[in-house]
Amino acid sequence: LSCCWLIHRHSDKPAKMPAVSKGDGMRGLAVFISDIRNCKSKEAEIKRINKELANIRSKFKGDKALDGYSKKKYVCKLLFIFLLGHDIDFGHMEAVNLLSSNKYTEKQIGYLFISVLVNSNSELIRLINNAIKNDLSSRNPTFMCLALHCIANVGSREMAEAFASEIPRILVAGDTMDSVKQSAALCLLRLYKTSPDLVLMGEWTSRVVHLLNDQHMGVVTAAISLITCLSQKNPDEFKTCVSLAVSRLSRIVSSASTDLQDYTYYFVPAPWLSCKLLRLLQCYPPPEDGAVKGRLVECLETILNKAQEPPKSKKVQHSNAKNAILFEAISLIIHYDSEPNLLVRACNQLGQFLQHRETNLRYLALESMCTLASSEFSHEAVKTHIETVINALKTERDVSVRQRAADLLYAMCDRSNAKQIVAEMLSYLETADYSIREEMVLKVAILAEKYAVDYSWYVDTILNLIRIAGDYVSEEVWYRVIQIVINRDDVQGYAAKTVFEALQAPACHENMVKVGGYILGEFGNLIAGDPRSSPLVQFNLLHSKFHLCSVPTRALLLSAYIKFINLFPETKATIQEVLRCDSQIRNSDVELQQRAVEYLKLSSIASTDVLATVLEEMPPFPERESSILAKLKKKKGPGAVSVTELEDSKREGGELNGGGDRGPDTASTPSPSADLLGIRSAAPVGAAPASAGSLLVDVFSEAGDISSLTNPLIPLPCRFVCKNNGVLFENQLLQIGIKSEYRQNLGRMYLFYGNKTSVQFASFTTTVSCPGELQSHILSMHLLEPLVEGGAQIQQVLNIECLTDFSDAPLLNIKFRYGGALQNLTLKLPVTINKFFQPTEMTSSDFFQRWKQLSQPQQEAQKIFKANHSMDTEVLKAKLLGLGTALLDNVDPNPENYVCAGVIQTKGQQVGCLLRLEPNAQAQMYRLTLRCSKDSVSRRLCELLAEQF
Amino acid sequence: MQFMLLFSRQGKLRLQKWYVPLSDKEKKKITRELVQTVLARKPKMCSFLEWRDLKIVYKRYASLYFCCAIEDQDNELITLEIIHRYVELLDKYFGSVCELDIIFNFEKAYFILDEFLLGGEAQETSKKNVLKAIEQADLLQEVRHLMKLMLKTFYYFKFT
Repeated sequence: LSCCWLIHRHSDKPAKMPAVSKGDGMRGLAVFISDIRNCKSKEAEIKRINKELANIRSKFKGDKALDGYSKKKYVCKLLFIFLLGHDIDFGHMEAVNLLSSNKYTEKQIGYLFISVLVNSNSELIRLINNAIKNDLSSRNPTFMCLALHCIANVGSREMAEAFASEIPRILVAGDTMDSVKQSAALCLLRLYKTSPDLVLMGEWTSRVVHLLNDQHMGVVTAAISLITCLSQKNPDEFKTCVSLAVSRLSRIVSSASTDLQDYTYYFVPAPWLSCKLLRLLQCYPPPEDGAVKGRLVECLETILNKAQEPPKSKKVQHSNAKNAILFEAISLIIHYDSEPNLLVRACNQLGQFLQHRETNLRYLALESMCTLASSEFSHEAVKTHIETVINALKTERDVSVRQRAADLLYAMCDRSNAKQIVAEMLSYLETADYSIREEMVLKVAILAEKYAVDYSWYVDTILNLIRIAGDYVSEEVWYRVIQIVINRDDVQGYAAKTVFEALQAPACHENMVKVGGYILGEFGNLIAGDPRSSPLVQFNLLHSKFHLCSVPTRALLLSAYIKFINLFPETKATIQEVLRCDSQIRNSDVELQQRAVEYLKLSSIASTDVLATVLEEMPPFPERESSILAKLKKKKGPGAVSVTELEDSKREGGELNGGGDRGPDTASTPSPSADLLGIRSAAPVGAAPASAGSLLVDVFSEAGDISSLTNPLIPLPCRFVCKNNGVLFENQLLQIGIKSEYRQNLGRMYLFYGNKTSVQFASFTTTVSCPGELQSHILSMHLLEPLVEGGAQIQQVLNIECLTDFSDAPLLNIKFRYGGALQNLTLKLPVTINKFFQPTEMTSSDFFQRWKQLSQPQQEAQKIFKANHSMDTEVLKAKLLGLGTALLDNVDPNPENYVCAGVIQTKGQQVGCLLRLEPNAQAQMYRLTLRCSKDSVSRRLCELLAEQF
Repeated sequence: MQFMLLFSRQGKLRLQKWYVPLSDKEKKKITRELVQTVLARKPKMCSFLEWRDLKIVYKRYASLYFCCAIEDQDNELITLEIIHRYVELLDKYFGSVCELDIIFNFEKAYFILDEFLLGGEAQETSKKNVLKAIEQADLLQEVRHLMKLMLKTFYYFKFT
């Protein structure tokens, strides 16, 4: 069958003889190849090869000097043997000898051997480099090309050292032949990729850029690859290429299909060059020059228009070449992300491809739409294709296309369609290919969490995930559901009920047992009232799974059991019985044995109080970015904004209380020194008590004078800009601690009011007011009991939504009676715009590209100021991280400087922010520069931050 | 482009071109893995697949598979046409190319590829210009026309 033509022809054409040996015949080589092909077994092949190797070795070692032809033939045989997959350890020297032959074919074979079998033998490299040097200076264009091809194929550091300075000269010299220029350009590219430090364009830059204007299309095609690579690394030096590229592209796009002669491919003018030009433009922001930009937009429109024209040929090559340009143009449109009209047109075009009969086009359309989904201009347009995409997920026969469909569903998901998309992904998971299950599981888990409106839906979704694809549910996923259930008291009862039901299944996945064990151990009490899920029933259900589980799960279950003893004293005897049996306390696994022994002992000797303290409900986990996201390694689409409303917390007190000073204990605690929920100890050492003193406000000065309520406004302690938790206010009577968490454009703040006296506060009321447009930012505020007992502490929850950017802080007013005197104070709440930052990681080139995009004068705010605090690196880093942005390493060329990037999430829009802080340690000064996509944000952040350092 | 592989339906590697430095061991591993993956795919499936952090673009011509690995930002469709243009170049040079041509003249297949792609990027996309360079090279060598013809006849009867 190997005689079949690769390209189909009409059958009436006569059969062709294979060109067994085209060009010069190397008869010996052909005989050898046919011998190998006739070998019936691997052994026979190896035998034949060994015979040949012995023969070649003896020829090379023989006394008789070999002529060039024989040398070429043997070297070629060695090459063939190597390409068959056998090792070759000789012949290099003979190949190097061929390099200096005057016969082209001998030289050519020599170079081929070197390119394929390069050896790091330094002696040999010196000889090879010598031969290359001779050919480069030979002025014979064919020899020069061979030498350049060899450098490009090997691309080693040694070659870069020897030739990196010579090749740019060849590339731009006026008398260099076009074919040599082409090889030189790509040769240089290869060297730049392997040893960028050795390739210095410097003085040649402008002449290299001008190769884009070269008359020879081949030269432009080769040179543009080099220019693109150099532009990515040094965008500033090469930025003149933008206008040249646009005019070149414009000439090609508007040319008739025959104008470019042999560079027209199946009626498409210069498709490779067009794609490369569009690719080069993606290294830069949209052209600033209006004329250039207009011309480019025209090109892009023409490309989009051409997609609607009837094809000029039915050949797939025609449509592929045409669509290659179209997809590259769409990539550029997405890269600019600034032309809503073009974005929507691109989206419509891709929408047509979604139903195209060519699988390749459907695949690429799904892939390209994924990036469109993250643009605010086209997100909605992409969403209109949801049914088609769901259909693709269900019906595509090729798993790689289905995977693209799943990716797109993930990218187009937002609050409006999350339930539908998650349901479709779940049902797809039941039949999904093994290769993509784990990724699908992660995606479902992320979407379920991100867009959960009610958390019972979230719990259902994750438990379904475990049921359907338990094997693919990684630890991150089930850890996360537990974190969320623990942090949200409104879902705990539901979760307990649901896992209890899920565990009833005769065969349930071990991950389900883990989640079930953990949740029942914490919250089994919430369903224990129902006799069908009484404590003993719960325990028996869990224990029925015990023996089928692995060691880590059993360990988890043992912990659940001891928690049961605390939750339900009536199960104590049964559980102690289980712990006491040999299979537990004498278990061969050390971990299990230790748990059994310790838990048994603990349950027998500890008093109820001690047991209750040790086994108390787990404290909430600190809110943080889901680790699942990190696992998926996908960047979050900026268009996908969560608008999840946080429901009101129903209970006050305990949930966020990790310290255990609730209930009877609290009352007996000596009040003035009572630590607020451990907040102070969580805050950086020394920070809270030291600064609290300066905040003392003498509310007694107004004591008794109810009519003249001068209400001192307490300024916002500036440290809260970079910090979410701590003591906000303290005087002799009252301490106010805060703990806050922010996600997307939503925030929740816990306020803890501690009565430091031993006397009751009466008529305790708090109100939050927002100056001006801020009013609507506060979603809800939990109401308080009007009494605060002496030494007690009460908690209040505040839900916040950022609607738009703001500069004033909300005000908290507190009124209460202490010993008959009305106390009244107002303080600013530490809600600042930076709380709604989402960190954005980016590379140095991305950073500076965006920095340049934000170059309008009003987008920048800058301040130069004297350092007010320590200039210590670690302190600065901690503050910048506390700000909520991503602190980017290795971005600023000056390592002393700090650069950060983040996106501020408001309900209406997202504001991209870049920050640069340049400390000058000698002068004890800073220069702070902010560039944001919204002017008011730049100014506000600059004011806020200048006080921080 | 990071590399290009040509292999037969039986999984025999006919040509390999690497544009990134890799050890021989790594090359063999990649080849084995990709040949297996591509051969397992059904005819109507799409020509692109994700593999490690690369994109694979492949197309079958008669008994031979042409398979390229490109990077994330590279264009799949234009890579398909790179493959096609290479097949056209081989076809034009050998005159209705078949797998045997590539087996017996592997060195020519490499030379043509080097004229067309260099360092993994298109150097010259004009069919005429590429073939001109190759034919020129052929002219530079001693033409042993009669011998060639005899050889051709001999192997034609032997292999078909």
